[in-house]
Formats: sequence, structure tokens, C-alpha cells
Amino acid sequence: MKIGSIVCAPFVSLLLAALMLPAASPAQQNQPWEKIPIPPLHPFHPQQPKRIELKNGIVLFLQEDHELPFVSGSVLIPGGSRDEDPAKCGLVDLYGQAWRTSGSEKMNGDAMDDLLESKAAHIETAGDDDSTALSWESLKGDTDQVYDIAMDLLFHPKFNEQKLRLAQQQEATGIVRRNDDVNEIAGRESDKLVYGAESPYGRQPELATIAKVTVADLQAWHDRTIGGKLIISVSGDFDSAAMETKLRANFEGLPQAKPNPARHEVFPGPTPGVYFVNKEDVNQSTVEIVGLGTVRHNPDVPSIAMMNDVFAGGFASRLFQRVRTQLGLAYEVGGGLAFGWDHPATFGAVVVTKSGTTVDAIQQTYKVLDGLVDQPFTEEELKRAKDNILNSFLFRYDTKGKVLAQRVRLEFYGYPPDYLETYKAALEKVTVADLNSAAKKYIHPDKYAVLVVGNGSEIKPGLDELKMGPVHNIDITIPGVPAAAGGGAEN
Amino acid sequence: MPRNLPGRLPIAMVAFLALFLTCGIGFSQDLKSFEQRITTKVLPNGLTILICERPEAPVFAYTTFVDAGDVNDPSGESGLAHMFEHLAFKGTSQIGTTDYAAEKVALDNIEAANDALEAEKRNPAGSDPKKIEQLQSAFNDAQKAAQKYVIPNQFTDVAERNGAHGLNASTGLDQTMYFWSMPENRLELWAWLESSRLSDAVPREFYKERSVVLEERRMRTDSNPEGRMFEQLLATAYVAHNYGRSGVGWPSEVSQITASEAMAFHRKYYIGSNIVVAVVGDVRATEAMPILEKYFSEVPGGPKPLEMTTVEPKQFAEKTVVIRDPSQPLYVEVYHRPNYQSPDDVVYDAISDIMSNGRVSRLYRDMVRDQQIAAAAGGESAAPGIKYPSLFLFYAYPLPGHTSNEMATAIHKEIDRLKTTDVTDAELAMYKTRTRADLLRGLADNQGLANALATYQTRFGDWRELFRQLDRVDKVTKADIRRVANATFVASNRTSAQIETQMPATPAKNDGGEK
Repeated sequence: MKIGSIVCAPFVSLLLAALMLPAASPAQQNQPWEKIPIPPLHPFHPQQPKRIELKNGIVLFLQEDHELPFVSGSVLIPGGSRDEDPAKCGLVDLYGQAWRTSGSEKMNGDAMDDLLESKAAHIETAGDDDSTALSWESLKGDTDQVYDIAMDLLFHPKFNEQKLRLAQQQEATGIVRRNDDVNEIAGRESDKLVYGAESPYGRQPELATIAKVTVADLQAWHDRTIGGKLIISVSGDFDSAAMETKLRANFEGLPQAKPNPARHEVFPGPTPGVYFVNKEDVNQSTVEIVGLGTVRHNPDVPSIAMMNDVFAGGFASRLFQRVRTQLGLAYEVGGGLAFGWDHPATFGAVVVTKSGTTVDAIQQTYKVLDGLVDQPFTEEELKRAKDNILNSFLFRYDTKGKVLAQRVRLEFYGYPPDYLETYKAALEKVTVADLNSAAKKYIHPDKYAVLVVGNGSEIKPGLDELKMGPVHNIDITIPGVPAAAGGGAEN
Repeated sequence: MPRNLPGRLPIAMVAFLALFLTCGIGFSQDLKSFEQRITTKVLPNGLTILICERPEAPVFAYTTFVDAGDVNDPSGESGLAHMFEHLAFKGTSQIGTTDYAAEKVALDNIEAANDALEAEKRNPAGSDPKKIEQLQSAFNDAQKAAQKYVIPNQFTDVAERNGAHGLNASTGLDQTMYFWSMPENRLELWAWLESSRLSDAVPREFYKERSVVLEERRMRTDSNPEGRMFEQLLATAYVAHNYGRSGVGWPSEVSQITASEAMAFHRKYYIGSNIVVAVVGDVRATEAMPILEKYFSEVPGGPKPLEMTTVEPKQFAEKTVVIRDPSQPLYVEVYHRPNYQSPDDVVYDAISDIMSNGRVSRLYRDMVRDQQIAAAAGGESAAPGIKYPSLFLFYAYPLPGHTSNEMATAIHKEIDRLKTTDVTDAELAMYKTRTRADLLRGLADNQGLANALATYQTRFGDWRELFRQLDRVDKVTKADIRRVANATFVASNRTSAQIETQMPATPAKNDGGEK
């Protein structure tokens, strides 16, 4: 029973602002905690991984870490579910499962399971929206054997009809169950509102689309993506020179890596309005007020990050203070304007409140949103945001694993390796004027869609009280599933 | 991102089990290396401080482990431990207030107003709506009067502005844990913050926070099919012990908990002998221990509270819960088992591992791969806690078109195999190897290590047990597994629960609420 993940901030009322003033005024600089010395931080130079770019464009990263006797690695392959044939939506999910469970020509997936588990080792494959990956991990003593099996699986997979069927069954179960969980409904439907139901970022696998996927499709996907610009990363208890030799032997002879195809996508954002999903077995409404976010390349991102912190970045944020602390309307509140690495992410404000206070919670959230635009930010708010973000910045690179993951991410999305440093420097320079202009430029309360997933018979006053136009009902009936029962009812 | 995979375990269960799963094993050489890096000290007030030096980066993580959870909630006050946990973020007499002396008076007024309101609400002769209205209004006014002195969220604000990362807490049935990570140069500031909230809690904004906690209940339990099922399952499996009671609290009880009750809980359980504080990271024990000692000595002392009298009686009747609701089918069955101190504790772990860990496990291979009747199936060795006799749990998510009865039959077939035939050498060896490796994997994470060390220090009185457990794991035999399976997995010791999908009889009204 956690006290909750927090992403939103409240509107600071006049009363609250007046009360907060003394905390920052010189008269109260002598609070007990302010007398505690904060010595300089111990010097820290995070260990960067060794980067090797092969002639064919493939990139290797080696990060030695001898604390524990394990070695782990990953091959990141460009191309993911956003690139799959919409008629076969779900293909990459199925590929991610069936690749590993099928196994290779030499060793089928079941035999691989037996061998690896006996060594407490793992090899896994997975599909994501922009990539797929093969990863492995083992105790140091098994490094070579597990690596060889991983490479065998990478270069010689043998997709198996039965394992594809198994994956399809699992996927079908997920589809049939997707309306059981309120959060899942809200997340899915808000993506559809922001990006469009048919968009690569909004569409959903359906029973009909996953049924169309064949073993030949999986093989074709593999053949198509494996020639891309792979990024291989290895970390743990190994010797870099020896590992480099091994990796070169496997990857240096591959043909020139194909560049990632350019993307031509348009992101119009949601059609403003109120959208409602009825769910009769809940006593709470999950509210998501959503719009289009931005891309990390955007030079305004440091200002937006600071604005997000004031808006919803912690207990002291405007949304949290207002909706949770002052009004007790919600346990879960959160939000912010997110930035994607290579495409616009979403803007969102999330509040989960009891059915009877749905309208109130939405209106209170809107007050906070409107306040971002018309209530100027203060120096105190900026200072708090900077403290929050900069004093915990260290936790982005406090382990060798995080440093490696960050470098791989930057490489994958084409950002400079010193991105984190330049980003931090830019964060430090953000001014109150930057915050005000970022809010005016990026917060558009009139352009958002309000999604409510809740129990219609309990929501009083009703959503029409919002006076935001007609309420659009969203039908979440799952195509291909009998209406009266899901799978497996016994009566 | 793999989408839509059925969750492996009800979230509520994961929360309860996570602690247990971090238990594991170790090598002697690891124990030796940790011996050199770990310093413990029991303060005169009984509080134990544990410092583990791990200077990988200039940060540290801490866990405050309080040996009290919702199992300790007094009758009629379910959810109290959790309510107090929320209160622990509201500050102290020094932080979060503009004038504590005046605020204290205002807080006392709130209690008096609340008592008057509750008394009228529960008037045996029936409550007078007019009086209720007056009393409610007086109660609201008293809250407003106290609010004048509040600097909202100042405690967390100071922590977050000083780089607190992963700031949170959790309340289980067995324990309450508080934790975050920070840059190492904030160690003393953290010690001030943490020790002050342990020793100097103030029931600030209590009644608003109670509304927040009720929302938490709606989210985790009422509006979540697995949460609803798990609550009913436990309430059915237990007839006497508090493990059968809703951890987050029954709505009628949480909604009437008072600040006075929360403070009484604090006085009884938040005493030195009931608390272990573990710090892991870039910290030198020689420098840090005197600082921690200074601050944490402020926590009141006192004898450890007496253990509860209730012992769950032996179950003699098989019980079944059937929930008919619109969500998809799920089958769970549980069997009573002894607590973590039982010599068989590791045998239960072995059974859980062999039955359900990964694609080689028996339940996966039989139900998912071969019979193709389930999307996922597995077992967990202890729920909903470990401190008191708990439950061994099996679960299965049926594939579309398959029933809970088929799940039960398949699970029982595998249980019978455990009872009648020895597990293989390979299976037993795999359990031991994986347990050892999993322990090792957990050692390179400050927060995970702080949690594990605090847990073992509390439960065994010695963090070394985290490593020494490996010896017991190594001694598990095939005969142990058969013996324990035969003793535990019998019908009269079983409670099962299933969700049967049943859509509403009438078409759903779908207009977003009343016009």
C-alpha cells in the first residue's frame, strides 16, 4: 500500500501562497533543518562504457562492472510495432514471444529453457513499439556458453508453428482481459484519442489481427530488421578486450547496416471534448485530460521539464497540493507534458476520484491547468523545481547499468553522448520568464480531450455539468468476443 | 513493450510477497565481505541502526522498518497502521507548521468536534439530522482553524528539494516501511527528517488524508477485480487471525478512524525496540554512526509490544468463494502453512520454485504449454504475510473458453505428483542454483539491499540470516518436498476463489452520469 506515485501539482491559492512565503523569507531562514550542514558531495566520475563503431555501422558498448559475478548483454534492433502491418497488428508482440520460445535450428526453445534455468541464466526476446531486443544474462562462469546460445538464437532462429500458436493464445487472453483493469482502459483509450485509433501509436491488436500472423511473417520480420543498425551492449564481470574480440567475430562480418527509414507522421492531437467509458463494477472514476506532448529535440524541453515539476512533480506541486492535499479528492494524481525521444509523447493530467466527485475533480484540475497559463510562475516555484530536479539528477547515472542504458538510448535515437550534461546545464539556466512562455506555448486547456472511465450510474452530478459540449460515449466492446460472456464463464 | 499480457499475480499479492521473495541465500565469502562492510548498533532506546558501506556512487538509500502493520490494527480500526503511515508524511512540531503551540490547540479542537460528531452519528436512539448538520459544520470549522497553521507538504518538500529519490512508504500486514535515496552529503539532513517523524508525529490534516486513503481503497480493492477477489479470499480462509482482515481497512472502519487512534497506534508501536533503520551506500560507518545515534536516540524507548494472542485454528472444512462479475475468469487456491520461522519455510520456497518459476516449471509446462488451458499459472509460498502462519497460494488465468474447474483439476494433478513422486535431481538442483543467484543479483542495489537487511535484522535479529539461509536451502531434500506437500495440500486445508464472468443483466446505461 504505497502512498502513491505522484506526478501532479496544485494551484497555489492566495491563502496558501501567503502561508508559504514565511518559509522562504529571511525571517525563517533558521529552521532546524536549514542549520544542518550540507558538505560538498564526494567527487564522482561515472564510468562511461567503451564505445566501438564497426565499419558496417553496428555499434558496441562495453561496460565492465566487477561488483557481482554476472555478465549481461543485449542486442537492440530498430523497428517495432509502430512499423508493423496494421492488418496484422500484434505481430511484433508475437514475434517477441515466439522468437525465444521457438529457439534456434540447433536448440529448440524448450531445450534452451532447461539448459539456461539449470544455470540460473536467461535469454529473452521482446518487442517494443520502436524496436525489438534479444538479451541474455548469466553467472560469470557461464558467460561463453550463454553468449554462444544467444548468438545462435540471434542469427539462426527457427520460428515454430506451435510456439506461435501459444503466443497467439496468450495475446488473445490479454485482449479478452483488457477491459478488466481501469488503468489499462484509460491508458489505451487516451492514446487513441491523442494519436487516433488507427495511428501506429494508438491502434490495438485485435483477435482478428493476431490470428492473421503466420510463421512466415515472423521470419520475414526477422529478416527485415536484423540487417538494421544494431546496438550491442554488454555489462558485468568480464574483460573488455576479450569481449570485444568475441563481439567483433560475430558482428564485424555482417553487411553494411541499413539506415533507419525516415518517418513521415503527422500528429494532429485529440478532438477536444468529453469522452466517457462506462464501467459498472467500479466506484471510482479515472480521469485523464490529454493532449499532444512534444519531442525531446525541442529546445524548450528544459523549460517544459521545470514547468512539469511545478505542475505535478511532487507533493508540493500545484496539482498535488490542490487536488490531493487541500481537497482530499484523490489518492492518485499526476501529469505533465511528456517528451518522446523521436516522436511527440502525450500531455496528460490524471486524477482518480470517487464517482460522486468526478465533475468536481475535473473542474479543480482545469483550474490548475488554466492557472499554468494565466497565473504567472514565481521565483519560489522555479527554485523549488530546480532543487527537485537538479539535486536528484545524480540518480540518472548512479549505477554503471544506468549509464550504459542511457548511452544506448542516446545512440539509438541519435542524440550526442554528452546529452545528459548539456541537458543539465540547460535546466540550470531556465528562468521564470521561460516557464511563463513555455506554459503559454504548450499548455492549451481548450484543446484537450477529457477521458473518464467510471461508473455512469454513480457519477452525480453528471458529466454534462462540465458544460464542455456533448459527452461522447466510447464503446469498448471487444470485437470477436461474445457479449454475454468473456472466455471461460462456467454458467 | 509487450502489451496486454495477463498479470502474473494480483497486484495486492505482489505487494505482500515482494518482501518474501527477496529472501534468499549467500556464499560464505559474501557473508565475509559484508561482515567487513556492515556495522550495527542497538541504541539505548532499543532502536537498531545498520550501516552497509557500498561506495559505488555518492548516494545512499535507507529503509526504516517498523515491526507493526495492519495486522496490529485494533478491532474496529482496520486500516489504522496504513493511516498512520500517511500521517508520517505530514510533518512534525517543527516542520510543516507556522506556530505549533497554536496548531496543537486547534488540532485538539478538531478531535473534540469529531468525537461529538461521531457520537451523534452513532447515537443508539438514532441521530438527529439537525444536530449532525451543526456538528459537521463545527467539525469543518475546526479543521479550517487548524489549517491556518499548516505549511502543506513541507516535510516531503524539504526531502525532495534535497534530492530525495524514490520517496515512498508501504504498509503491509506485517510491517511498515519508509524509504528513499539521497545524495550522500544529505545524510545528516535525512537523519533529522526521519528521526523527527518517528519521534514527533503530529496528526496534521488527518481527516483530509483519510479521504485520500479511502480513494486508495477504491482504486486498489473496490475497483479492481483481483483486489476484490483477494480481499474475499483472505476473509474466507481466516476465521480468527487478522490476516483475514482487509489490510487497507473495511470502508466503515477506515472512514471513522480518528487522529487520536492513529496517535495511540504510534505511541504503542513506534518505539525503538520495534524499529530497524538500515542505510546502504556511500557512507562511512565511523563517521555516520555517531550522527545517526544522535538523532535516532530521540525515538522513545519502551518494551516491545506483546505478541497478539490470536492463533488461527486448524482449518477443517474446505471453503470456496465464487465471485460472479463482469471481469474475466481467475482461479486461486490457498492452503494454510506455518510462518517464516518454520524449518520448512525453505521447503515451501522449493515447491513454489519447482511448480511455478519460469518456462521449465511444472505448472507452466502442463497448463500453459502442453494442455494449453491457461495463459499463466503459478504458486507463491507465503501470502498475505510471513510473520504469522500464512497461506501457500496457487493461481491460474484460464485461456478464453476454459474454466476454473479445469484450472483446479490441473493444479491438483500436479500437487498429487508432488505428493507421490520425488521431484527430479535436476529440479532440486535448479531451485538451489536459482535461489543462490537471485540472492546475489539483489546485492548490487542500495534500496533493495537496505530493504532486505532491515527485514532480516528484524525478523531474525541478525542480518546475516540473509546469507545463512542458503545453508538451509542447500539441505532441502526430495523427501522434505513430499512430506510437506502431503501435510499441506489437502482438501480440508484449502480455500479456493474464482471469478466467473457474468455481464450485467440489463444493458449498461452509458451516459456519463445523471442528467
